[in-house]
Formats: sequence, C-alpha cells, structure tokens
Amino acid sequence: MTAGEERKPQGVRPSLFLERQSYRRRRLMDAARLLPILGAALVAIPLLWPSPNTSDEGMPLSSAILYIFTCWALLIVISLIFGFAARRMTASDDSEAESDRWPH
Amino acid sequence: MATLNVLILVCLGYVVLLFGVAFAADRMAAAGRGAWLRSPLIYTLSLSIYCTAWTFYGAVGNAARSGLEFVTIYLGPTLVMLSWWWGLRKLVRVGRTQRVTSIADLISSRYGKSNTLAICVTILAVLGGTPYIALQLQSITLSFSIFAEADPSGLYREGSSVFWVAAGLAVFAILFGTRNLDANERHHGVVTAIALESVVKLFALLAVGVFVVWGVAGGIGPMMDRIDASEIGQWNVDAGRWTTFIFLSAAAFICLPRMFQVMVVENADEGHLRTAAWAFPLYLLLMSLFVVPIAVVGLDLMPEGSNPDLFVLTVPLSQGNDWLAMLSFIGGFSSATSMVIVTAMALSTMVSNHLVMPIWLSTQEGAGSVSGDVRSVVLVARRVSIAVIMALGYYYYRLSGGGAALASIGLVAFAGISQILPALVGGLFWRGATRTGALVGLTVGFVLWIYTLLLPGMGGAIMPDSVLQNGLFGWAWLRPQALFGIEGMDPMVHSVMWSLALNTAAFCAASLLSFPSPLERLQGAQFVNVFDHSVSPAGWTGSVAQSEDLMIMTQRILGSGPAQEFFQTEAEAQGGRSSLPEPTPGFLERLERELSGSVGAATAHAMIGQIVGGSSVSVEDLLAVADESAELLEYSSQLEVKSAELSRTARQLREANTKLTQISEQKDSFLSQVSHELRTPMTSIRAFSEIMRDTDGLSADEQTRYAAIIHDEALRLTRLLDDLLDLSVLESGRVNLNMGGDTLSSILDRAVSSALAGSHPKLKVRRTRQSERIPLHTDLDRLGQVFINLISNAQKYCDADEPVLTISAHDVGGQVVIDFADNGSGIPADAQSLVFEKFARVGGDKAGGAGLGLAICREIMQRLGGEISYLPGQGGAAFRVRLPMAHRQAAQ
Repeated sequence: MTAGEERKPQGVRPSLFLERQSYRRRRLMDAARLLPILGAALVAIPLLWPSPNTSDEGMPLSSAILYIFTCWALLIVISLIFGFAARRMTASDDSEAESDRWPH
Repeated sequence: MATLNVLILVCLGYVVLLFGVAFAADRMAAAGRGAWLRSPLIYTLSLSIYCTAWTFYGAVGNAARSGLEFVTIYLGPTLVMLSWWWGLRKLVRVGRTQRVTSIADLISSRYGKSNTLAICVTILAVLGGTPYIALQLQSITLSFSIFAEADPSGLYREGSSVFWVAAGLAVFAILFGTRNLDANERHHGVVTAIALESVVKLFALLAVGVFVVWGVAGGIGPMMDRIDASEIGQWNVDAGRWTTFIFLSAAAFICLPRMFQVMVVENADEGHLRTAAWAFPLYLLLMSLFVVPIAVVGLDLMPEGSNPDLFVLTVPLSQGNDWLAMLSFIGGFSSATSMVIVTAMALSTMVSNHLVMPIWLSTQEGAGSVSGDVRSVVLVARRVSIAVIMALGYYYYRLSGGGAALASIGLVAFAGISQILPALVGGLFWRGATRTGALVGLTVGFVLWIYTLLLPGMGGAIMPDSVLQNGLFGWAWLRPQALFGIEGMDPMVHSVMWSLALNTAAFCAASLLSFPSPLERLQGAQFVNVFDHSVSPAGWTGSVAQSEDLMIMTQRILGSGPAQEFFQTEAEAQGGRSSLPEPTPGFLERLERELSGSVGAATAHAMIGQIVGGSSVSVEDLLAVADESAELLEYSSQLEVKSAELSRTARQLREANTKLTQISEQKDSFLSQVSHELRTPMTSIRAFSEIMRDTDGLSADEQTRYAAIIHDEALRLTRLLDDLLDLSVLESGRVNLNMGGDTLSSILDRAVSSALAGSHPKLKVRRTRQSERIPLHTDLDRLGQVFINLISNAQKYCDADEPVLTISAHDVGGQVVIDFADNGSGIPADAQSLVFEKFARVGGDKAGGAGLGLAICREIMQRLGGEISYLPGQGGAAFRVRLPMAHRQAAQ
C-alpha cells in the first residue's frame, strides 16, 4: 500500500507543512477557541475566595471588583486583537477571503 | 422639581424622536445611502437590548442586596461573545442560509420543519417573555411612582398607570414592529432606533455613575474605601448561584427571542460578529462599571427601607440633581421600550407564523392557494399577537403583585427560555438530534420550569402554600423547591439544575432511541455541516402548470411587486421566454426561502407543498445526505459483486480442473491401452523369432510357418500404428480432405469388393441399387474407408449361420442416410454406447482388430460434416451413416 502511494506524483500529495500564513491562521483559530476557556477559568476563580460565612477574613469587595473588571478588560483586549488579526488575515488573502473556507 | 406632566411630555418627545430616527433610517436604507446603517457598530449597539430596564434598575438593586452577584448576568454573554468563532458564527450562518425568522423557526427548521416543535418553542417563548414584559412594566411604573411622590398634584394612580404603560408600549410595538411583513428583511429603522436607545441608556448610567463617584464620593480612592466600609463590603457570593447565573445568562443570551432577532435575523454581515466580539463585552463592562458605587452610595444616602432597585433615580433626586434624574429616567425608559419592541416583534412573528398561519392554512384547505390576502392575515395576526402578549405581561404583573425584586423576575424568564438550549445546541452540533428528542426535552424542561419556578413565583393565587410545603398530592418528593427530597438549595439554582439537567437527559435519550424522518436528517446535515453545504436540501419537483398558482400565492405573501420581480428574475435566469419560470427544484427551493422570510420555514414549506404536492425528498437526496449509509451500501454492493465474481471464477476453475483430470485419465488409459495393444503382437514376434534363432534343426516347413506368424504380427502392428496415426491426424483436425464427385452406388461397389476380398465364409450383401443413385461430393476415399470398416465389421462379428448385410440408402430431410444392418445377434445394450470409443471391442479379442475402426469412422464422418451412429432395434447390429445433402447439390 505505502509503496503505491509513494509512486503518486508529488503534486497530488498534500504537503506536510502548511504555508507560513496558513499556519499562522490556524494558530489564530486555536487562540480564538481557547479564549472562552481562559475566560471561564478567570471567572471561576472567585469561587475559591473565602466566604464571610466560613472565615473571618473575607475578601474586600473593592479587590473583587478590581479583579473581575481587570480580567474582563483583559479578555476584551485579547478579543479585540484577535478581531483585528482575523480581519487582516481575511483581507490579505483574497483567495481564501471567504471565512467559510477556513478550517473550523 | 420635575412634575409628572413634564415627565410624560419628555417621554412622548423621546418616542417621537425614536420614530423620527426609525423613519429616517428606513428612508435612507430604501434610497441606498445608509451604508453606516449596516455597520458593525450599529449591530453591536443593537445587541445591547440584552440590557433591559432590569439591567438598568435591577442591577443596582441586586448589587445592594448581594454585592457582585449582579455581574454574572453580564459575564455569561461576555463568554458567549468570546466564543463567537465556533458558536455564534455557526448560528448566524445557519440563520442566514435558511432564512430563519425566529428561534422557533430555527428549531422547527432544524427538526424537519416540524410545526409542532415550533408551537412548543413559541409557547415557551411567550410564557418566558411574559414575566420579562411584566418586568419592564414594573420598572416604568416604579420610576413613574418616584416622580409622582415628588409631584405635589398627586394625580398619579399606580393601577391605571400600569395599564396605560402597557397599552402605550403595545401601540408603540405595533407601529414599530409590523411595518414591513418580511420578518427576515433588515428592519433598519427599528435597529437604528434601538442603537440610539443603547447609547442613551449607556450614557445615562455612566452619567449617574460619574456623578456618584466624583460628585458624591469624591473620587476613585474614597469610593473604594466607601465600598469596603459598606454593608456589602465583603465578597459574599454563593458559589452555586455564581456558576448557575453565569451559565443561565449565557444560555439566555443565545435563546432569548429578542436576542435571536437582533443577533441572527437582523444580522447584515457575518463579519460584524468579529467587531461585536469585543465591542459588546466592552458595552457590558461599561454598563456594570458603576453599579456597585451607585448601590453603595444609595445604601449610604437613602433612608432605611427605600427600594434599592430605584437607586439610579433616587440618588440623583435626593441630591437635587433633577436633570440627571430625568436623564436616568429616560435611560430606564429606553431600556424598557427597546426590549418591549424587539420582544414583541420577535414573539409576534413566532405566534403569527407558527400558531396563526397553520390554523388559517388548514381552514383554507384546498382553496388556500387562490383566495384571500395572506399579507393582511399575517399583519393582523402579528398586531393582535403583540396586543395579546402585552396583555399577558400586564396580567402577570397584576398576579405577581408587582412586589418581587426585579432581578428575580428576570431570572425566572431566563430560566424559562434557556430550556431551548439543549435542542438548539444539539441541533447545531449533533446530527443525531431528532425531533422527538427535542420535543421530549423541551416538554420536560418546560414543565419542570413552570412547576419549580414560575408557579411558586406567582404567589398563593396560583400555587397554594400546601403544595409548596408538602408537594403535589402531598408527596414530599414533589415539593416544587425541593424535588426528590434535595433540600436547602437556592430555589433558582434548584430549578435551573433540575429543569436543564432533566431536559438535556431527556433530549439525548429520546434522540438516541427515536429515528428521524428523511427531511429531519437532511436538515440536520445542513445545520451541522453548514460550513460545508451551501445548498438547501429540499428538492421540490413540480410541473409548469403550477407556476401560475405559485405566482398567485407568492403575490399574496410578498406583495405583487416583489413577487413579480422575483419570478421575472428567475425566469430570466432560466433563459425562458415566458414570464413564468419553470418550477425547477432550485427555483422552488429559492421561493420557499423567500416565503419563509415572511411566514416561517414550516408554513412556507406547507404552502408550497400544498400547491406542488408530492414528496420533496428524492432518493438521490437521501443517499447524498445519508452519505455514511450510502457509502456503506455502495461498499457492500461492491463486495457482493466481487464475491459473485469470485464464486463464478472458482466454479470455472473447478470445471477446468475436472476437465483436466478427465483428460489426464483418458490419456493414461489411452496410453495403457496402446501399450497393451502393442505388446501382444510384439510378444509373439519375439517368441517365434527366439525359437527360430535358438532351435536347431527346424524343418523348412516349420520355419516358413513361424516366419509367416512373425510377418502377420508385424503387419498387425503396422496396421495398428497406421490406425493410431490416422486417428491422431483426424482428431487434431489436420486432415486434408481430398474432395471428389461420384455416385453412392459406385462408392459402395468399391467398398464391398475390397472389404470382402478373400474372406471365408462369404458375407452376403443385399443392396437396392436404384435407391443408391445418389451423386455425392465428398472425400471419396475417406467415405469408402468408413464403408469398408462397417462391412468388414459385419463380416467379422456377425454370428449368424448365413450372415447377411443389408445396405439401404434413403433421402431423409435433405440428408443421405445409409443403413448397414446385419442379421447377427447385435451389440449388447450396455456396450452400445461404447462402440465408438477407442479400443472398444465387443465380443473379445477374436477378430484381432485394434478396436480403433469405429473411432476412426466417427472422426471421419465428423470431418465430412455427417455422423455415424448405432441403430438399435434392427434385429442385428445396425449402423447408420448420415451425410448432408449439400454435397449432392454441389456435385450437380
């Protein structure tokens, strides 16, 4: 079987490595998929904070606000960067401009 | 101090402004100038109808009661927007390719355009939307009451004001939401007005926030100190509620009919999601940024027992900042109106498409395609349903007494509408999800939601306290807030957990156990693989005569102008001369999409089905979509073909092998017979030649006798070898026929005389000469050889006392038939089939023949185109020789 495949012309075989741009695009997609997981992890952290019912030293609300809004802003910034990167990728590659051509 | 009258005037003025904006936007879009109307910014701002009056007022109230818990309602949608790439993008793509009009339409379309399912989702959405609308009524009423308290004229009465607010919103929604019929068309006017309202409410809340932080508290640092010092100054959020609410708000964000309307139906470009992915979370962040400061300052400033839900209004008022309070009121009013408009639009579309239209269609059975005006029916249905929905909201408000906290009403609605989530997500990502599964899951979740959350929330009028305390029928495990005896949970978490868990479980189980219809499977493939497929599955087939009916029907739904334009375009695309296009499957499919934009997928499907009739699914479609089964089928049929071929080859091989074995056996027996035949004369030659060599004193007489024997045996050997040679030449087909012409009579003459030369006793041959005058054209020598053989056989083997051979010739059916019959005892029946075999000798070795004679005769006759056979039942041995008459013809 393998011998038969090796005899195929070179052009038919899919190349092992993608072009640099396609590679970057795929990693961008990975980042887009990971982002909500990161977000979920960040908003799950408050679950670990001490509650006033169980301990004397509670978490001050100002710190909680600071943490949550900082994370929130961070996620928005990453999403913004991804949005722009995706737009640039789309614009720079007309042949694959259709987003449905992208791996999903 | 602003009076109530001023407030009402401001409200009316604001509504007029919104109308103006909507009207201008529609005009611009119609003139093709409003490119910015389709910008990502407008899209993002329109998404912010997620933030209703509940958000505007209720978030502060929630924060004043339980600290940061309110933020969960914003974190959920943020997470959904962050996962737009693999979630919302698919939803939007499906919605756009299928021309979906509402979430009920999407679910119905996914599960085989089932209207039952659409009705279920519609009822669920209406029931879930009702508390939500009640919430808006409550918030507007409450905000009015704040101003009314300050108004010295004291004309305000709560009961009537709620009614008028509801009525006003209904009129507002009818005017806004049902201006155009095609629900799938972009409502530029409405969307722009909503975007404006989004800006207003954000600006109002930010203004109050800035006023509170910098005007009242004196900057960020002191504000933070004040927050920590307040009664909500510590992180105190129940882990279960935190997780549940984040999940619930994420689910509701996708499932809420109004969110679906702006996010999917009104979406002009998929790329807008890219911007909304960061811009909408940013909007949410800004909306919630000052919530805690406002709550903390409100708790500080306002007297004990004042409603924290209204801090946004009462804090500026208490500080004497009337204009800020007015702005804040407008912000709250904006939130409520935009939510009500879009919800009413979305719900009325669902109600008219999935409840009213099917009923109307069924009453118009048969005549449905030619009479009445569907457009007016649809519009009236939508308007009436908006009024009914608003009435339901009003009724719920009266029932619940208007006392419950805003946030909890909103959460009840969220929990209700989230019951769609399993069917929606399952439908988008799992091809195995079936209609039955979706129905069962929805029903289970719906019933549990009503029983554990909606009814207990409506107070004692609907669900008696005894049921709440002791469970239905007194069964403790059915207590609405402690199902299956699990107590001590927050009622909200309890309800969400049980309803969604059992919903999902029922959905999965029923999907696994049931079998989907062909259309369901087609649609499932379309939805799940929406990025691979761009074509719609349902292949209609119709005849030309139906084009006119279709045209009439389409005119009544789309209006005559757009319908004629659509048909004209289609006809031109098909290249026909007629103005009516051929009802090709592609055309019918596009027409169905076009119609579904107005009346929903299920109804459009039913209407086209009514006219075109017949099944919309061909076998080819089925095979193409059920590709895995198609591949399996093809593979198995290939296997069957190959297996049949193999067994055929094997049978041929077996036959060939048998033949080879037979031939090999024949060759062996032939060789052994030949050697046997050769050995007998050789033995006697050797014996007599040894006697002559070794014995002295042999008499001359003896010598002569022995030499004669040797000579005879040598002759016999030669004859045998000649016969063998002759036979092999004949059998291999290399014989050259020496054709010549003569009569049968003279051939027989020569044969008889040469066969009977010097024989004792003399065989008597009887012939009828006149019948032998048949001219023949054949190999005369060979034919003579056959005759000689037959005559000498008779002479050798005929055992009669006076042997007689009768030779008779006939002309039978174009063939010359010559019979040779003797008067002996004949050939035994069991040997008759063997006489023509090589070395077959009947009656022992006495005649000294090699047993090749008849075999040679058979071969010769075959070469001459005739045959020789044994003729049984003639008294003695009889042979029949047949020759084709063509030889005689050729001779003439």
